[in-house]
Amino acid sequence: MVNKVKTAQEALENLREGAVIMVGGFAGAGSPNALCAILAEMGYRNLTVISCDAGRAGVGVGALLRRGMVKTLYASHVGVNTEVAGRKPGDVVYDVEYQLIPQGTLVERIRAGGTGLGGFLTPVGLGTVVEEGKPTLELDGRTYLVERPLRADFALIRGSVVDRSGNVFYNMSTRNFNPAMALAADHVIVGAEKVVEVGELDPNHVMTPGILVESIVEGEEPCWI
Amino acid sequence: MLDMKERIACRIAKELKSGDVVNLGIGLPVKVAYFLPENVEVTFESENGFLGIATGSAITNPNPDLLDAGGQYSAIQPGACFFDSAESFGLIRGGHIDITVLGAMQVDAQGNLANWAVPGKLVVGMGGAMDLVTGARKVIIAMLHTNKGAYKIMKQCTLPLTAVSVVDTIVTEMGVIRVTERGLVLTERFKDYTVEQIQAATEAELIIPTDLKVLETP
Repeated sequence: MVNKVKTAQEALENLREGAVIMVGGFAGAGSPNALCAILAEMGYRNLTVISCDAGRAGVGVGALLRRGMVKTLYASHVGVNTEVAGRKPGDVVYDVEYQLIPQGTLVERIRAGGTGLGGFLTPVGLGTVVEEGKPTLELDGRTYLVERPLRADFALIRGSVVDRSGNVFYNMSTRNFNPAMALAADHVIVGAEKVVEVGELDPNHVMTPGILVESIVEGEEPCWI
Repeated sequence: MLDMKERIACRIAKELKSGDVVNLGIGLPVKVAYFLPENVEVTFESENGFLGIATGSAITNPNPDLLDAGGQYSAIQPGACFFDSAESFGLIRGGHIDITVLGAMQVDAQGNLANWAVPGKLVVGMGGAMDLVTGARKVIIAMLHTNKGAYKIMKQCTLPLTAVSVVDTIVTEMGVIRVTERGLVLTERFKDYTVEQIQAATEAELIIPTDLKVLETP
C-alpha cells in the first residue's frame, strides 16, 4: 500500500499561479486551515477558489484572501469572514471577483463535476439574478435552470481521521463540502487531524474512499472559533 | 410581556406540528425554538449538514467540529444525524423539509421574497436561502412589519428577489398574513394594532376576512 502522507510542500508542489482550487469547510468547521496557512506562505497569485464561504478572517480561504492570492472566489456566502463582510461598499480591501451561488447549487455543481455529469436542472434561482446568462429548460411542465459542473486542479479538504491510504472519516459537521470536492479535482490533498494505519479505520466509517486522495498532510488542529 | 421579536417567534411556534422537519434561519427565526409547546416534537435541520440540532439550549461544552449554519457552536439531540452538503441540499430541494422560517427585507402580494441583497450595499451572498425557500413545503417569514416605517410588505418587491412566489405566511408584530391566490389575507391581528394601522403599515392591499382573529398581546 502506498503511503500518501507527505509534507505540505510536497503535496502542493505542482500547484501554480492561476490554478483553480477547491477548499472544503463551512464557517471554519471542516476547513483545512493548516494546509491553507502553508499555501498562503507560498503566495501563488491569480487563484480561482471554489469554497462554500470565505473562511474566517485570515484563516482557511481567509488566509489566501488576506495574502492577495485570490482572483475569483466562487462561494455561497462570505459573511462569516469579518475582513470581507466588514468592508463598506466601494472598499477594495481584497481585489476579488465574487461569484455568489446558492449553496445547494454550488455543492451540486461540484458533485456534478466529480461524478461525470454534464450539469443538472434545478428550480433554484428562477426569476432571480442567478438566472442571468443561463439556459432554462422546460421539462414535464416545469421550468428549470441548467447549471454547469465545476471542477478544479486541486481540492484541499480536511479529514478528522485519515488512514495512510487516504480513506477519510469526517467528524460531526466537518463533512459539509469535503466529500463532493474529493471527487471533483485532479489532485486531492487531505489535511488530517489524525492519521492512522491502514486497517485502523472501520470501513463502515469511511466517507471518502482513499482512491480519490493523492496526498495526506498532517497537522490540522481543532478549529476553535 | 414579550418583546416584539419574541411575540413573532411565539406565534410562529404555534404553526409547528409534531413530526415536522423545520429549518430556522439565523437571527429572529432561531427564537421560534424557545417557544415550542412542550408536547410538540419537531426535528430541526441545520443546512450545513445535520438533523436534530438542539436549538434554544445554551452551549456549555463547545465542540469545534459542531457548528451551526450561522457558524456558531451548536449542540445536537439524541437521534441526531450528520451528512454532507450535497445530501443536505438534496433534502432541502427534494421537499423533505416541511417548514423553513426566514427573515425578509421585502415580501410582496404574489409571495415573492427578497432577503439577500440591497443594491449599492455590501452583498455577502444568499447562502442556502434560495434553496430553502424553493424546496421547503412551507415558507414562513418572521419579520418586523416595517423597516423603521418603510414598507416591507409590498405590492411588488423592489429589491433583488430570493425566489418567486414561495412565501406562504408572514408573521409580524402586528399580525398574521397568509399569501393566497386572491392576494394577502390578514387572518389574525394582535390586539394592540387596529386593521387600519396594519393596512397603513402595508403597501400591498390586505384582504380582511369577516372571521379575522384578534390575538391577545402576549
